[in-house]
Formats: sequence, C-alpha cells, structure tokens
Amino acid sequence: MADTITPIVMPKFGLAMTEGKLAFWSVDDGDTLKVGDEIADIETSKITNAYESPVDGVLRRKVAAAGDTLRVGALIGVVAPADVSDADIDSFIETFQSTAVVEDDEGAVATVTEPTQIDIGGQSIRVLDLHGPDGVPVLLIHGFGGDLNGWLFTQPPLAVERRAISFDLPGHGGSDKTVEDGSKEALAKVALGVLDALGVDKAHLVGHSLGGGVAIAAAAAAPERVASLSLIAPAGLGSEINGDFITTMAEATRTRDIEAGLRPLFADPGLVSRDMVQDMQRFKRIDGVTAALRAIAAANFPDGHQADLTRSRLEELSAPVQIIWGEADAVVPVAQSADLPDRIAVHVLAGAGHMPQMEQTAAVNKLLIAFLAAH
Amino acid sequence: MSKKSYRQAINEALRQEMRRDPRVVLIGEDVAGGRGGSAGNNESWGGVLGVTKGLYTEFGPDRVLDTPISEASYIGAAAGAAATGLRPVAELMFVDFIGSCLDQVMNQMAKFRYMFGGKARTPLVIRTMYGAGFSAAAQHSQALYPLFTHIPGLKVVVPSSPYEAKGLLIEAIRDDDPVIFFENKVMYDDEEEVPDEMYSIPFGEANLTREGGDVTLIAIGRMVKLANEAADRLKAEGIGCTVIDPRTTSPLDTATILECVAETGRVVIVDESSPRCGMAADLSALIAEEAFADLKAPIRRVMPPHTPVPFASTLESLYVPDVNRIISAVRSVAPQTAERVA
Repeated sequence: MADTITPIVMPKFGLAMTEGKLAFWSVDDGDTLKVGDEIADIETSKITNAYESPVDGVLRRKVAAAGDTLRVGALIGVVAPADVSDADIDSFIETFQSTAVVEDDEGAVATVTEPTQIDIGGQSIRVLDLHGPDGVPVLLIHGFGGDLNGWLFTQPPLAVERRAISFDLPGHGGSDKTVEDGSKEALAKVALGVLDALGVDKAHLVGHSLGGGVAIAAAAAAPERVASLSLIAPAGLGSEINGDFITTMAEATRTRDIEAGLRPLFADPGLVSRDMVQDMQRFKRIDGVTAALRAIAAANFPDGHQADLTRSRLEELSAPVQIIWGEADAVVPVAQSADLPDRIAVHVLAGAGHMPQMEQTAAVNKLLIAFLAAH
Repeated sequence: MSKKSYRQAINEALRQEMRRDPRVVLIGEDVAGGRGGSAGNNESWGGVLGVTKGLYTEFGPDRVLDTPISEASYIGAAAGAAATGLRPVAELMFVDFIGSCLDQVMNQMAKFRYMFGGKARTPLVIRTMYGAGFSAAAQHSQALYPLFTHIPGLKVVVPSSPYEAKGLLIEAIRDDDPVIFFENKVMYDDEEEVPDEMYSIPFGEANLTREGGDVTLIAIGRMVKLANEAADRLKAEGIGCTVIDPRTTSPLDTATILECVAETGRVVIVDESSPRCGMAADLSALIAEEAFADLKAPIRRVMPPHTPVPFASTLESLYVPDVNRIISAVRSVAPQTAERVA
C-alpha cells in the first residue's frame, strides 16, 4: 500500500536554494490532482514559483501550512489514491518524518549536480550537465544578460527523460567575459563547442531570446547535429525590439535603474524581486561584463533595432521547429511569430511576458517535453 | 563564489589588483613582516590584524614595503610615488594616527590635481582601520571619516560588508584620485558570499540594503549591519524601513538619499562618528535644505556621545549605537499604525 502514497516535498529551485517558504496552497485536502497541476506557491529568496504536482492522485494531507519555511526535501503534503486509509497516511507521515531527518544532509549534498568549467577554444565556459536516461540530449541556450540559472525550472524536468545541458554564453554568468564579435554565429560556435566537449553528436536545441537566434545560427551551421529547435521568444525574426531594455541591460548600474529595466521581462512586473535585481547588478560589476554586453548588443541590437536577422535561415531549416511566445512580451513583440511556414508550430501563451519559462513554467515544460519526445 | 571574510575580501582585492597591474605596491607599518626585526622574520603577521598576509611571499620586497614607524615619511612617499607613476596602497594602521601625517594628506595629495591645473594625478589608496568595539581605547577607536569627507580632493569609502569591501577596494585602486578606505576592525571576521572574479562598485552610488515605505534609515560602515537588523525587527511589528548605505561619503549619492526621503518623509541617521560636525549633521543639513517639504517628522540621529571612546568595555558598549537605540529612534518618528505602508 505504501508505494501508492507519494510524499510532496519542498522542491529545490536552483542550486543555491536550501529552504523555501510555502506561500499558499492552491489546492485543498481531498482535491484530485493531475501531473502538472499547480498545488502551491513556493517562495525563495530569489523567486516565487508555482509548484506543480509530480503525480496523479488525491491530496490526502497538507503537512505544512501556508507561511511555513522548510528545508528542501521536507514533507509538505501527501498524495495517495482515495482508497488508502487515513491510518496508512498517518503512519506514512510518521515514517517519512523519522527517516527523512537522518538522510537529509547527506542525501541533499549527494544529489546536487554543480556546474563545471570546460575549455572551449581557449575560453572557460560554465556548463551544467544533468544526466538523464539515454536518448537525444537537449541543449539550453539562455538570452542576453541571462545565464544558465534562467533554466532552473526547465532543465530538471527535461532531464527526467534525457540528458539536459545548459551553459553560460561568453560574457555571461560563470563563463569568460571575452566575446569575439558578439554575433550569433560566434556564439553558435560556442554552443556547438559545448556539444563537442561533452561528446554529444546530435541534440535538441532550446533557445530563449538571443539564445533562440543563436540556436537558429547553430542549426544553420551544423544542421546534421540538430534534432529539433524549440525557440522561446527568439531574437532575429524581425527588426523590432525594446531598445530601452537592451540599453538598460548593457549600461544601467543603479539598483533602481536595473529594477525598472527588468520589469518589461515579465507580464507581472511584481516578479522582479530585490534579489533578481541584486544578482543582475552584481553580475554587471564583474570585470569585462559591460564590454561583453556592449559588444553583443552592438552586433545584434544596434540603435534600438535587431540586426543579423535569422528568419530566412530559420525558414530554410529542415529540422522540426516549434516557437513559444508570451502574448504580453514587452521585449520582442509576439507579432514576429507571424507569417512563418506552416510546418513551424507557434504557441502563444496568455499571461506570459518575455520569460514564459519562468511565468508559465508548466505550460512551457509541457510543450518542450512533448515536442522533444516526438522528435 | 564562496564565503569570504571581510579580511579575506580585502586581501583578495589587493592580490588580484597586484597581479593585474604591476604598478600597484603596498607600503606601511608591518604590511609585510610585523615582528621581523633583527631576526628578519618576514610574513609573521601580514599587517597588524593579518589583512595583508601572504602578499609579501607572492610579490616580494619590491612591492610590499615595510616602513619605520613614521607616518609622515611613508604616507608622503606614497603620495610622491602616486604622482610619479605608481599606484600605491598605503596602510595607515589606525586612522587615529592621521595627526602624524595630516599635511601629506590634506595639503599635498588632496591638492595636487587642483593646484597643477588638472595635469597631475594621484592614484593612491590609504587603507585604515576605524571604529569602536574592540576595547582599543581612545587613541585607536575613532571613526574619523567626516574629517576626510571635509577635505575637497579626497574620496572617502566606508565599506559595510565583505562583498562591498572587495568591490570598493578594487574601484579605489583603479581610481586616479587619492582615496581613503576605512575598514572597521570589528568586522574582519564577518563573512558572506564574495565572487572570486574581480569586480568593482562605482563610487557615489548608494546601496539600498532594505526597502520599506515608512522610515528611511541612513547608516554608514558597520552601522549598516545594525540598521538592517533593526529594519528586520521593525518589519515584524509592521514598520517598513528603507536602509541606505551611502558606501562613499565623498562623493555622496545625494539623489538616492533624497529620493528615499521623498518616499517616506521620515529619516533616522545612524553614524558612529562623533556627533559634532559629523556625517549625520551633514546628511541632516542636506535633507533639511533639499527635502524639507517631504519631511513628516523631525530628522533623528543615532550617534555616540561627544566624548573620547572609553576603554572600559561596559562604557564602550554604551558609547557605540546599538540596534535597540536605532529601533527606539525609528519608533519615535514612525507613522501611526493606520498610516503605515510597511
């Protein structure tokens, strides 16, 4: 009986998270849950995110209450079929609580995969390589001013089905801050270099924003190595872009300027937290970052417009392509997803801005998982 | 990225800048050896509190220079070296010793750029310890940053945490003007996440370490930590505080200060320097002059009394502002419950 009872535990969003606060429950005792249903909002110092049910079943017991702060891995609730008795639920909770304490520290440390630095053409590139089951791996390419942490809600779910790899583009995150000409081609060379270094012949590419443009450039340069393309609000499909956003990312230094600059990223500007602003500010202070962002901005987004357009290269690709875009995108307009060949599936998500993978995590993960499984 | 102490953060900033730029040299009392003497035992201390430890071994006697106990000579030598092409980081062990070399600072290095028609540069940093709480008595405990803030031509930095210390010291070393860099001796073992990479924090850009809508707290150096703690405790009782760390008292980010005052209309200034003609008085004047119409309550200052720093630890702990005094000051100006924004 016990194996039909599933513990719902405090999830780990990103490497730095050690504890989280259960902001509120979105479901009640007795509710029937399906995989992917939002069951609670979890707050960390970095971000608040909806936590989705990992299983089908009935929420039998809320163990944690709204407002509780708990360690990663701590029990917050129990899901089981309706026919499991209350006594079994009670004993499950008792057993879980008494054994989980012992495993807590070691278990948490042992399962964490840390990013590593690899050398690509003389540049040190930070990579997070999550090993999943055999199959075609997926490579995640972040956008301008971002880093691999932007995939914290995307990469672990994808790694359930396959090896999932994310990395920091040159000039970003933990990678070297020198960029060549900042063009999509140069960045695509690094993306393909990551695959070479990790011994991956062929991969699905998922790219966000500038990373979408880089994914297209990589697919154009080495079509035989790309199983499919999933482009989230990709750069390069039209000339329009929010030039103020680009300028802020490259030039702003004051807290309040950065905060104002980050707001267009989300449909709900309340998602721009103090810590997000601080992380961005601290990143921008590192030697070489401003020069790198300026070089990339000059190559891709000069004078408030997009240059180096990739639409024609995209249209010529034979690999399967899907496009995901937030309806309320205030950085790259969703209208640029129009007039593409019919074979390219376009999914426009209501209530999402430029970061649908953060704002509509469940919907984006569902699209990615299904698309990768089909190709 | 890893946890580093205030001491390690400063050491790392020095080491990385010395590796990057061969013109960066250290000069001061005991920066290399300390107890060297006739035994020639270098590196036994690495500065009186160990901040420069290891640098002599890596960079050698040409770049880490121990000096006799003569502030006037080595601070003067550093000013001359800066004017002629090096980028010295001089250590004035305790800022209380400034009396022995004030001419070199006030009348020489601070004036070079101005008096040579903008043609001279003096890229020099003076690192110095300040602050009470160490039972170091009246001649080793003062917080004299207002004295230097008063002198045009100097830049004055008072870092409030390890992250701040590393970024601000790198900025100070790269700056082309004389910078006085104040290290609070009670904070050397404070730890926090500090990036391994080199990074710099611009001068004249205040940091908001807490944000709340009811009262603006302005705090300097170690007082930022106390103000943060006060803000966290006040938040629990429904009073929201913004905490401003100016980072540099010269240049001063007046824009951010006035912006926050406009939002809250209530101000508490926490400063561990002496109250007369100090930073709190200076900030109060700024706010009274530029933001009078925004004020909804009198400006409150939390400061030590106007006395020498006592040696007796019981008296010393009464002397330095503490969290409870900050909390009472905030409560005394906070809005009535119904008007709070938190």
